[in-house]
Amino acid sequence: MTTVETPTPREMTVIYSRADRIFRGIVTAGALTSLLLLGLIASFLIFRSAGTFREFGINFITGTEWFSDGFREVGDESRADNSVFSIGPMIVGSLVVATIAMLFAIPLSIGGALYIEFYAPRSIYRILVAMLDLAAAIPSLIFGLWGIEIFTSFGVRWATFLNDRLGFIPIFSVEFENFGRSPFVAGCVLASLVVPITTSVAREVYSRTPRDLIDTCYALGGSKWGAIRSVVMPYGRSGVIAGAMLGLGRALGETVAIYLMLNLVFTYSYEILDSTGGNVASMIALKFGEATDKEISALIASGLVLFVITLIVNMIASNIVQRTTPRA
Amino acid sequence: MTQRTMTMTTSDLSATNKLEDVQGDNSSFRGLETRAVHAWFGKHHALAGVSLRFPERTVTGLIGPSGCGKSTFIRLLNRMHEFIPSAAMAGSVLLNGSDIYDPSEDPAMIRLKVGMVFQKPNPFPAMTIRENVLAGIKLAHLKRDNHDDIVEQCLTRAGLWKEVKDRLDASGGSLSGGQQQRLCIARSLAVEPQVLLMDEPCSALDPGSTLRIEETIKELAEKITVIIVTHNMQQASRVSDYCAFFLTDGGPGYLVEADSTRKMFTNPSDPRTADYVQGKFG
Ligand SMILES: Nc1ncnc2c1ncn2[C@@H]1O[C@H](COP(=O)(O)OP(=O)(O)OP(=O)(O)O)[C@@H](O)[C@H]1O
Ligand SMILES: [Mg+2]
Repeated sequence: MTTVETPTPREMTVIYSRADRIFRGIVTAGALTSLLLLGLIASFLIFRSAGTFREFGINFITGTEWFSDGFREVGDESRADNSVFSIGPMIVGSLVVATIAMLFAIPLSIGGALYIEFYAPRSIYRILVAMLDLAAAIPSLIFGLWGIEIFTSFGVRWATFLNDRLGFIPIFSVEFENFGRSPFVAGCVLASLVVPITTSVAREVYSRTPRDLIDTCYALGGSKWGAIRSVVMPYGRSGVIAGAMLGLGRALGETVAIYLMLNLVFTYSYEILDSTGGNVASMIALKFGEATDKEISALIASGLVLFVITLIVNMIASNIVQRTTPRA
Repeated sequence: MTQRTMTMTTSDLSATNKLEDVQGDNSSFRGLETRAVHAWFGKHHALAGVSLRFPERTVTGLIGPSGCGKSTFIRLLNRMHEFIPSAAMAGSVLLNGSDIYDPSEDPAMIRLKVGMVFQKPNPFPAMTIRENVLAGIKLAHLKRDNHDDIVEQCLTRAGLWKEVKDRLDASGGSLSGGQQQRLCIARSLAVEPQVLLMDEPCSALDPGSTLRIEETIKELAEKITVIIVTHNMQQASRVSDYCAFFLTDGGPGYLVEADSTRKMFTNPSDPRTADYVQGKFG
């Protein structure tokens, strides 16, 4: 009897056609460029902010004082520089305002997207879709100004209501009544800024639900709402989360609306109806104009922190997406 | 939206329904019956004057070349047709004597009684096997408390129980294509339909799974009425009691003839039927 030798696996070579090679080159270059850009941004931020982190360490993130010793002449060595930079409250503020915004924006977007895709009369469907996509492309400054106009009346009424009814809960209590400048109202404005883009993405995702699956729900005696709940929403979940992340990125980084609305106060505050707050992005905008060299380094460090927060949020989100995506 | 112009076309006359002769014309007909139904997609007249009877507890095969309106017809039978924008219909469809297009009828209730299995196996991707079977009960808000029994019963009737009884909590998508299709059949059975519509249920499956599903269909016919669209003549002859042959001459599809499967395959009245079942065209 002959024994069969176990063969060594053969090497498989791939020969790309000319067109394939060229296309491959182009897309690889594109991908590398965006990676390179990201790397350059990160290394610029790290390089310019190194001094700040060396001087203040972890206190830069947790501390609550921002003092620029600006009266000292440049090169004046007669006294030490007493500047202290830290952005704890601004980080918290960024997260608080963005969270409030998303709490409003996500249900609104899902509802809006479902309405357009499944309930709107066919005659206005196209118009709605076009308007929505257009709204998603409007610069945030314009939306911010509009939102401020609207919400300094509406939002203030809601805020007053919340404070009246739920003021006994710590986060709804206030020290001075100036609701127009509260994180709550700022969150409402951010929500209006975020809603178009998240709705647009959610609608797109929902519209991709296989017709077959929806038909099956109907064929089982289900209602439209039944089909939406058991097929459309699970099918679209990961896409909607991805859309929400785009929106959240926008809310975290939003500068102008917050800059115009909130009094930047460097104390930790969780009272969302109180007129204190601020976020990292708006703080950078506020201080940048007349900053000393050292302060600029601190501002860039703040930018780096925002960058890292955004990265972390995105990583958490993609993790959620992966865990909730049903296996086909 | 029902465009009930009760027009009679010549095809109504040519397609005098042989099933009526078989069954005799009694007014208390049990089963599903169509009377001169037409279908439109916008201006496009897709189906003209089809009158057919599907007696209780029988299997009827719908055959005919591509584009002759079989899917359109079958979707008229459980009011799925109206989901297509600009779709219209005329005529009437009677389930045990009452018109399912009557304004007082709730389409969702009709679809509960007239279930449907689609061409492509399509278990709900986010649900387990068990959840898939019970999906209809949840969707239609039916009150049932013996869920475990329902799952076992329906999977058994669909011929899938033995293969999946140890992994009811696995995702429906983890099954093979043929198993998935049987799962879809089980899912349809869970809401206890009186009629089950199947539009080319085996066209995406291998011969083994196909035979398995044909056995399932025959067993189902002991309790319910099955209407199956198929391009496979052997399948039609194996599985059905009656056959209906549709055709189009470029215009709307119409019914050529309908009769017992044996007669349709051995000695049809219309020469076009003979040509078609022998594979001379289509
Ligand atoms: N959604 C639709 N919109 C417009 N026309 C349609 C639609 N569905 C079907 N039709 C038309 O109706 C006619 C019948 O189509 P149908 O799908 O019922 O044929 P079929 O007999 O099922 O064909 P096949 O065997 O290929 O599945 C065809 O002319 C087709 O173009
Ligand atoms: Mg078809």
